[in-house]
Amino acid sequence: MEDLKHIILEHPFFAGMDDEHMDLVAGCARNMRFRDGEFLFREGEEADTFYCLRTGEVALEIHSPHQGAIQIARRRAGDVVGWSWIVAPYRWYCDARAIGEVRALGFDAVCLRNKWETDKVFGFEMYRRFVPLMLASLQATRMQMLDVYGRR
Amino acid sequence: MAAADPLRPLPVPVRAVRRELEDVFTLDLDVSAIPGGIAFSPGQFMMLYAFGVGEAPISISGDPHDGQTLVHTIRAVGGVTRALWELQPGDVVGLRGPYGSAWPLEAARGRDLVIVAGGIGLAPLRPVICHLLRQRGDYGRVEICYGARSPGDILYEAELRRWREAGGMEVRVTVDHGGRGWRGDVGVVTDLLARVRCNPANTLAFVCGPEVMMRFTLRGLRGLGVAGDAIHLSMERNMHCAVGFCGHCQLGPLFICKDGPVFPWPRIAPFFGIREL
Repeated sequence: MEDLKHIILEHPFFAGMDDEHMDLVAGCARNMRFRDGEFLFREGEEADTFYCLRTGEVALEIHSPHQGAIQIARRRAGDVVGWSWIVAPYRWYCDARAIGEVRALGFDAVCLRNKWETDKVFGFEMYRRFVPLMLASLQATRMQMLDVYGRR
Repeated sequence: MAAADPLRPLPVPVRAVRRELEDVFTLDLDVSAIPGGIAFSPGQFMMLYAFGVGEAPISISGDPHDGQTLVHTIRAVGGVTRALWELQPGDVVGLRGPYGSAWPLEAARGRDLVIVAGGIGLAPLRPVICHLLRQRGDYGRVEICYGARSPGDILYEAELRRWREAGGMEVRVTVDHGGRGWRGDVGVVTDLLARVRCNPANTLAFVCGPEVMMRFTLRGLRGLGVAGDAIHLSMERNMHCAVGFCGHCQLGPLFICKDGPVFPWPRIAPFFGIREL
């Protein structure tokens, strides 16, 4: 548990988190490894885990019947993958595929949700860390929607 | 090229034509018959005249150390550029220029340089990169961040690879979306800035691309700590005369053709993002 806590502390997403909350997080965490091409999750599946990448890269993809898999974003070491586990109905909206070997911290989503239901301060602390990531992703998505490099 | 009449084009032959992308092509113009060739500074543009059709302002995208060939990468979007698209080696185009301001390469000596380009905005920055490759030792760390719509829309793809392999500069390419086979970055070009390594206090940034991309890039660069007056942008407007006579390209009190197209950020900041301009 202490070893895991040490690894979690090194991840930028948890920087500065106090010890009490770190214990709560560590209680829901495990080390995970994915081979090149392996899926962390697939669209429509239950969003029961979220991931903090330690090494490697992950492609977020949406499958289109006529175009195949389309990469829409890339996450790398230090990034977080997935927030569909925060909002009901807790289903992934895209695929996440390992590019090369990926090492990650995986967090049991139900475990975390239960903890922040009973400890609102912990819940706020987690939301406070997720909201800037969501904002950055929303802004990037808007830029992609503008298709700024297209023909004018 | 000193012409008595600044509005009279000089005929020059097309040496080669390359299809870069679906609607983007490059013309190599043979200027070897002009005594001394055509000397230009990276960032400047020429007026290209398709005889019988009209003129268009086109950035110079070739090596500034090659005075024999003038290189232009062009997107075929209007009547003139579509006429230029039809040209073959041996055909003749009219030339005026070079015009406008240049990227401040002298001021960049000894400093880190961050180059941010989007789409065909890489073309006006290519002369900078050609120059850097020749005089790499004169500059600090060089980071190139380039964004395109998809892997099939990457301009100068083979060259980007060569620049990366040549070493001495970090070349990062991202696409808005890609197929499963794409191994590079996915996301907007501003995402790349988070990974740029430079000394912000000693960095100059050159930015060229769609205006909305430049707006967000500015925020990203300021977020890195790069000073506003160290950020230079290449602006695009509807230039007609190229010598400040006609006013078509006016931006507030500035003429893009004469005062630009390359501006330090503080100079255009009051007018940048004003919706009516």
